[in-house]
Amino acid sequence: MSNPASINGGSAVAMVGKDCVAIACDLRLGNQSLGVANNFEKVFQFGHVFLGLTGLATDVITLNETFRFKTNLYKMREERDIEPETFANLVSTSLYEKRFGPYFVGPIVAGINSKTNQPFICSFDSIGCIDYSKDFAVVGTASDQLYGMCEGLYEPNLSPDDLFETISQALLNANDRDALSGWGAAVYIITKDKISKRYLKSRQD
Amino acid sequence: MDIVLGIKVSDGVVIATSKAATRGISILKDTDDKTRDLSDHNLMAFTGESGDTVQFAEYIQANIQLYNMREGHELSPYAVSHFVRNTLAKSLRSRKPYQVNALLAGYDTDKKTPSLSWIDYLGTKADLPYAAHGYAAFYTLSLLDHHYRKDMTVEDGLRLLKLCNKELNTRMPIDFKGLQVKVVNKDGVKVVDGEW
Repeated sequence: MSNPASINGGSAVAMVGKDCVAIACDLRLGNQSLGVANNFEKVFQFGHVFLGLTGLATDVITLNETFRFKTNLYKMREERDIEPETFANLVSTSLYEKRFGPYFVGPIVAGINSKTNQPFICSFDSIGCIDYSKDFAVVGTASDQLYGMCEGLYEPNLSPDDLFETISQALLNANDRDALSGWGAAVYIITKDKISKRYLKSRQD
Repeated sequence: MDIVLGIKVSDGVVIATSKAATRGISILKDTDDKTRDLSDHNLMAFTGESGDTVQFAEYIQANIQLYNMREGHELSPYAVSHFVRNTLAKSLRSRKPYQVNALLAGYDTDKKTPSLSWIDYLGTKADLPYAAHGYAAFYTLSLLDHHYRKDMTVEDGLRLLKLCNKELNTRMPIDFKGLQVKVVNKDGVKVVDGEW
């Protein structure tokens, strides 16, 4: 209970489909058992790369601001948006800088490389170790439940519409078995030339 | 056991704080003010470790006023809330963090919108229609969930606050010596007189 990464609660998941990726998060912000806000989004966009940040909410806010700052500087230097693989390395090194006093977060990165058109997802631990994945990545207080749902529902080469259905059901049903996650959800479906964002209604208990 | 409550209504924000200043088993004062005016349209209400609270609030107050004097305009509630959050988030990883929870009530004079931010000592920030810190949250949030409407006026907000006050008086284990109530709207910060 005194684990900083599970004070506020929340979870996120990313999946790879055929020429598409999806990333989703719940909307709850809590203080232990008390629900504080139901509009706390945990997925952030940097150009065409998406970052899911779960864990201690103060660090989620701080890191979102840090990465917005760093990607804006990157864009000015390189005169182009950052690619998912590069951004993953930026997340990794930024977290490892705080190796002996870490941010208590569980990040995931999702995006499509604009040069190669290859889908990319990965997750990290709180000190920046990258866990590359070719199917799905999960983080947060419902990560155990998410692993179960993803192992059961995921299949390769799903179309964007089917991927939306799969990731939504995985997140919704995992959240229903976690007291610290839920209170609504946000789902991003990303293809080469279209990004769609949808809010899901979910159980309010 | 301190009470800090906030309700955002369509044309302003209502803030209520308990008037008891407690230390151990004694009530030292029944006219305590747990708020500081940061600027004309920004108010901070706070609870936490005694000593830290007023020190932190007045540090924020001084910095906001310094900014206003240097730049010749008032900082927006959004900017103020981020400054407070950032200060607490930085302090959290220092040798002795501020143990202060705060509610920030403000009125954005450019956008003509009220604003209410819930910030805890970790630097967690949430913008909410109504908010409370500490034990008061457990007793009042269910009432606010039920009765709150986003098109309420300040008068409606004060009626809703009366309901919360009644619940707190029946359920709180110790006397909190009533509430001090303030309203932030386009005309600035004002104390609401009356029996609270």
